[in-house]
This record gives sequence, structure tokens and C-alpha cells, in this order.
Amino acid sequence: MALDYIHQFLFGYYPYICLAVFVIGSALRYDRDQYSWKADSSQLLRKKGMGLGSNLFHIGIILLFFGHLVGLLTPHEVYHHFMTVESKQIMAMVAGGIFGTICFIGMTILLKRRLFDDRIRSTSKPSDIMILILLYVQLILGLITLPFSAQHLDGSSMVALANWAQHIVTFRSGAADFIVNEALVFKLHLILGTTIFLIFPFTRLVHIFSGVSAPLKYLLRSGYQIVRKRG
Amino acid sequence: MKIRAQIGKVLNLDKCIGCHTCSVTCKNVWTSRQGVEYAWFNNVESKPGVGYPRKWEDQKVWNGGWERKSNGSLTPKMGGKFRLLAKIFANPDLPEIDDYYEPFTFEYERLQKAPLSKAMPTARAHSAITGKKMEKPEWGLNWEEILGGEFSERSEDYNFESIQKELYGEFENTFMMYLPRLCEHCLNPTCVAACPSGAIYKREEDGIVLIDQDKCRGWRMCVSGCPYKKIYYNWQSGKSEKCTFCYPRIEAGDPTVCSETCVGRIRYLGVMLYDADRIKEAASIEAPEDLYQAQLDIFLDPHDPEIIAQARKDGVPESWIEGAQNSPVYKMAMDWKVAFPLHPEYRTLPMVWYIPPLSPIQNAAEKGQIDMAGVIPDVHKLRIPVKYLANLLTAGKEEPVVHALERMIAMREFKRGQNVDGESNIDLLSQVGLDEKTVNDMYRIMALASYEDRFVIPTNHKEYAGETPFDNEIPFDTRSACGFSFGNGCSGGTSKPNLFGAKTHQNTMSGRIHEPGSKGDRS
Repeated sequence: MALDYIHQFLFGYYPYICLAVFVIGSALRYDRDQYSWKADSSQLLRKKGMGLGSNLFHIGIILLFFGHLVGLLTPHEVYHHFMTVESKQIMAMVAGGIFGTICFIGMTILLKRRLFDDRIRSTSKPSDIMILILLYVQLILGLITLPFSAQHLDGSSMVALANWAQHIVTFRSGAADFIVNEALVFKLHLILGTTIFLIFPFTRLVHIFSGVSAPLKYLLRSGYQIVRKRG
Repeated sequence: MKIRAQIGKVLNLDKCIGCHTCSVTCKNVWTSRQGVEYAWFNNVESKPGVGYPRKWEDQKVWNGGWERKSNGSLTPKMGGKFRLLAKIFANPDLPEIDDYYEPFTFEYERLQKAPLSKAMPTARAHSAITGKKMEKPEWGLNWEEILGGEFSERSEDYNFESIQKELYGEFENTFMMYLPRLCEHCLNPTCVAACPSGAIYKREEDGIVLIDQDKCRGWRMCVSGCPYKKIYYNWQSGKSEKCTFCYPRIEAGDPTVCSETCVGRIRYLGVMLYDADRIKEAASIEAPEDLYQAQLDIFLDPHDPEIIAQARKDGVPESWIEGAQNSPVYKMAMDWKVAFPLHPEYRTLPMVWYIPPLSPIQNAAEKGQIDMAGVIPDVHKLRIPVKYLANLLTAGKEEPVVHALERMIAMREFKRGQNVDGESNIDLLSQVGLDEKTVNDMYRIMALASYEDRFVIPTNHKEYAGETPFDNEIPFDTRSACGFSFGNGCSGGTSKPNLFGAKTHQNTMSGRIHEPGSKGDRS
């Protein structure tokens, strides 16, 4: 009974708390404290490890993000026209495995740099270290799900998780019921994943928004120069 | 034609004594905060030398400035928009803080509190970043002060290009000069071009280039884009900062702090009118040696009635047109041709110009006589090689620099003749194309350099800010608004553990040593 309640809370309600804080918190920070909105690069203080670490990490995690986005939220009715559930799972595992490994290598370099380089450690805010560790744990959890998925290649887990995600984002009840019988590692991955949305507005992660908008604006800017009129 | 006005600047290197007053007063006003201890919006370097950050002039190392493609178009040297964005995760063209220097303070407290001992207590240097003891500082904003260090290292100086430099390593032939540096407030700034966020902009009314601190996201492309390395990344705030040309003072008609406090009176501020439609054309002219002339060509004559009419039409206030007519910068750059841009080959069209320094005639001491070119001493015999100055100021073209140096020598000789010998030697002047009235003007402005002659700065007209002149809403709106502050300085969010990330460091500029784990203050 208690376990059931916790399950319902964590996978039925908690995601909404996280998403609400994510949206409102980000909007508030953008509006009220934009001076704190930044990528917070530490490259100036230590170049070493950035070239390889930061590039691998960012490329890996961006690909993983879009993999999850498309993989979880594409309705079954759409993709079954051109691939079976089984082949979709294989594709997800291969892509996730490759991107995950790229990201893992990069993040290991970055985490070592953040924790053990004097300059970087002493200029790290607690949130900088926390977010990096959380992402690292989340990545490792994600990689650990691979052998679990390999145990049943029928795609049933994947479909269950996709149903959960699609029900959450479309505000349908009963989302938590889809994943009652999934392995613990999937559940932990989900809890931590939604928690990252919760803390997003209070960390440097907000630069992800700018990482999407700034390049677009830059590419659309006519020419290079900007002259501001008075006023 | 689209006429815009800009406050330009000239530094008369002939009179710079290298006292660093400009650097110190600037530091106290603008960069005495956490994260920018290492940054000097104004610094003075001894030349020849590789400078601060190391080798800043060498764009083979840093990829700053612009590159002209074979089809005549310009792209930032660090790459077009796509290539530049590909550097966003890790920027290979970014200097590390050691290229500037690791900021430090001394453990002054120990001098007072050390227990009795046989040896004198010492105040060790502590890093402002880690708080730990540092063995020794390795570099700084004026590390090569008065030719400090070995010639072999200093001679990596980019301005020795196509000079047989070994000669100048010998004691008898050595030479030096000071080069005070600040943001150039370019007409074609690469920092603006390189900013993906669009946070850096040039102000239309006075040409000052600023970074919007709220819009900056810390992608740090501007640091690489600027060939003068005059944008600094604040490692505490995560934003880039730069020389503001003291815009709150300029708006009120006051000179910048570095200019105001210059004891050698070498700095001049004045309005320049230019044709904004021809910036691109000037910056992309093919031969680098022609860039100096190309920039002169887009400056406009403020006495020309047609220019005045067009300037009025383009919204330049009357007092600014008048300012342009009395501008010492215009006189030095355009009328007398004695001031030059710093490294025009970067194609940024810089607006802080330099008068090259004279130096002793080398052979005079040896031979007891001076080689003359006509009635003027031969400037090629000056201790500082003309080619070196040309590499610094005209992309290697010697004639304009020779011309300027000859005019300055002629001015000196002429005034000396008048004041010491009591005779006016007009021959001296005609050889360099000057007349007595002009040379007296030059003498008044360059040698006497009274405050009023150095700084001709019209106040900013906020009433011109709106769509139509005298739109009163804007000045009234800003009049009682929040003043100069960082971030959310004037509202809310005063709890110490800031929801969106408090500072990690206290201000160590007071000489306080950073203690790891201590929380930043909210200054």
C-alpha cells in the first residue's frame, strides 16, 4: 500500500512538480536575475581537459537528449509504419550506447578536472559540482540499463517507458501504472531524470536555453555588426 | 552616405613617460572586483616586447581580427559563423589566465603579526583564485617594464617583422618606447561580430562599444575575436567585461579617467565624423598597407557645408558638429597627419590613434654631428627604427610615419629657434609642408596641451534619443532609474545563499587572502 503510494507519487505527480518548477523557475530567473544567466565557462582558468572533455561531453549529451526526446515521445502509430518495436529497441540501444560512451569519456575528464584541479575546484559553486555529479550518475544509470534491456529484446520495456512519458506530457492519468513492473534501474533513471528538471533553474544548466537561441539568432543576424540606437 | 559621430582618441607616445597612472586609476574605478583582478582595461607596455597577454599582437597565435577572403569579403579570422559556433564548447583561440598572469595579493598581515624571529618576516604572494601560496608571479601587465627580461624573449615581438632584429639586442643599439593600450572602440569591431548572443554593440551616438552584462552568456568568443585582447572574461561573474570608455563621464562631457589623470598630458579626446556606409569598403581594401589611408578616407570634413547639412539630417546634434570642428583628434589625424591607428592590418578600423615617439639620433653622440636630410635630421637615424613604428601603426608602410616624425622634429626645431635663438626658420617648415600658423597650432595642442585643447567633448543629448529630436520621454524615463550596478543591483534578491548561485570569492583587491571554502560577499 505504502509502496504503491510512493510509486504513484514519484511517477504520477512528482514529474509535474519538477516540470512546473522547471518552467516557472526558468522564467523567473530570466526575468529577475539575468545577470546570473550564463554558461559559466572555466576554460580561462584551465585550458587542459577542455578541448577533449568539453567537446565529447556536450556532443554526447546533446545526442542523448534528442535520442530520448524522439525515442520516448514519438507515438507508436507513427513509427510502426517503418520499423518494428524490436528494431527500434535495437536502434535505441546501439545509439544510446555509442552516445553514452562518448559522453562518459568527456564527463570523466570534466569531473576529474572540476574536483581535482585547484583553480577549478576553488571557483566552483556547490551547484556546479552537484550538477556534474548528478549528470554523471544519471549517465551511468542510463548505461547500466543497457544489459537490462538486452535481456528482453521484445521492446516491452521501451514501450512501457514511452507510454509513461507520453501520458505525462499529454496530461493523461495512469502514467505511473505502465512502469510498475520495470527494473529498479529504469525507475532510478526516471526519478533522477525528472529531478534534473527540478533543479535546472537554480544551476548553470539554464545556459542550455541560450545554447539553442543564441546560435539561431547569430546565424539569422544580417551581417556581423550591431549598432544600438540611443534610448 | 550615413554620417555618424564618434568620440575618438589620440595618445601622443612622444610624451608618454610610462608612469602607469592611467592603468592604476582605471583599475581603481573599473576592475577592482572579484574575477577581474587580472584584467587591466588600460595597461602600459614597454616595447619591444611580447606584451600582455603574451604575444597578443600575433594573430597566427590568437586568430583575432578579420581576414580578407580572395573574393574581397571579410570574416573573423577565427572563422565564419558556423566555424565560430563549432568552437563554443571549447574555444581553441582563448588565452589561459597564465597568458595574462595569475592574480595575487601579498600576505601583508604577516608583516605585523609574525612572532619574533631572527629573519625578517616576509609577505608571500597568494593566488587570488585558489588562495594558496605562489612561488612567484610569472607574467603581468607590464612584465617587460623598461626592457625587463632577455632580448631573445622580448624580440618575439611581432613588430620586428622584416627587421634584422639581432642588431637591436646589442646594448649600444637598443631602443624602447611605451605603449599604453585600451579598447580601440573600432568602427568594425570583431568582438561585436563574434558574439553569438548579440550582447556586444556599438552605440550609435558616440561609437562606444559596450557589453550588455545581462545579455552576455559567457560564450567567450569576443575574447578571441578582439585582436587587441582588450576584452576580459570575468571568471567570477562568468561574463565578459571591457573598457567602457568611461561612458558615464563622456556623456557628461568629461574625459575618461585614464585621460583625465594622465600626468604627461598625452591623451586627447574629440569627435570624429565618418561615413558609416563605407566602413565595409574601407575595412576590406586589399593591401594591408592601404588600410590607414582607407580609414582616413571615410573620416569627413566637419567644415564642409555639405557634410554639415548631411550630419544634421542624420541626427548628429549641433554641439557634436561643433565639437568635430574643434576636435584635436581630427587635427592630428587628418589635418597634420601625425596620428596613426594601432595595427590597421587587423581590419577593425580602430579609433584610438597614436602619435609615434621621437627618439635620440643614434650617430650624433658617436660622431659629434647629426646626419641631415635637408635642414631636418634624417629620421632613419633615430634610435627607434622607422620600420618598427610602421609595423605598429601603418601595417609596415614607412612613408606616413617618416612624414609625421619629420613634422614633429620640424616643429621642435622651429619653436626652439624662436624661443632660444629668437629667429623663425621658415625653411624648416616648408620642407615638411607646414606654415607658421599650423605649427603654432600644433605646438599649442601637442606641446602645451592645455585641458581645454586636449578634451573637446560635447555632452550627450538624451533628448535626441527618440524617433524625433526632443522626444522627452526617454530622458525623463531614465532620469531617476537605477544607477550603475551589476546584475540585479537595484532590486530584490538580498538573501546570502542566492537562489541562482552566490559568488564563490570575496573581493581580494584589498589585500585579503582568499580562504578556500569561504563564501563570497555581496558587493
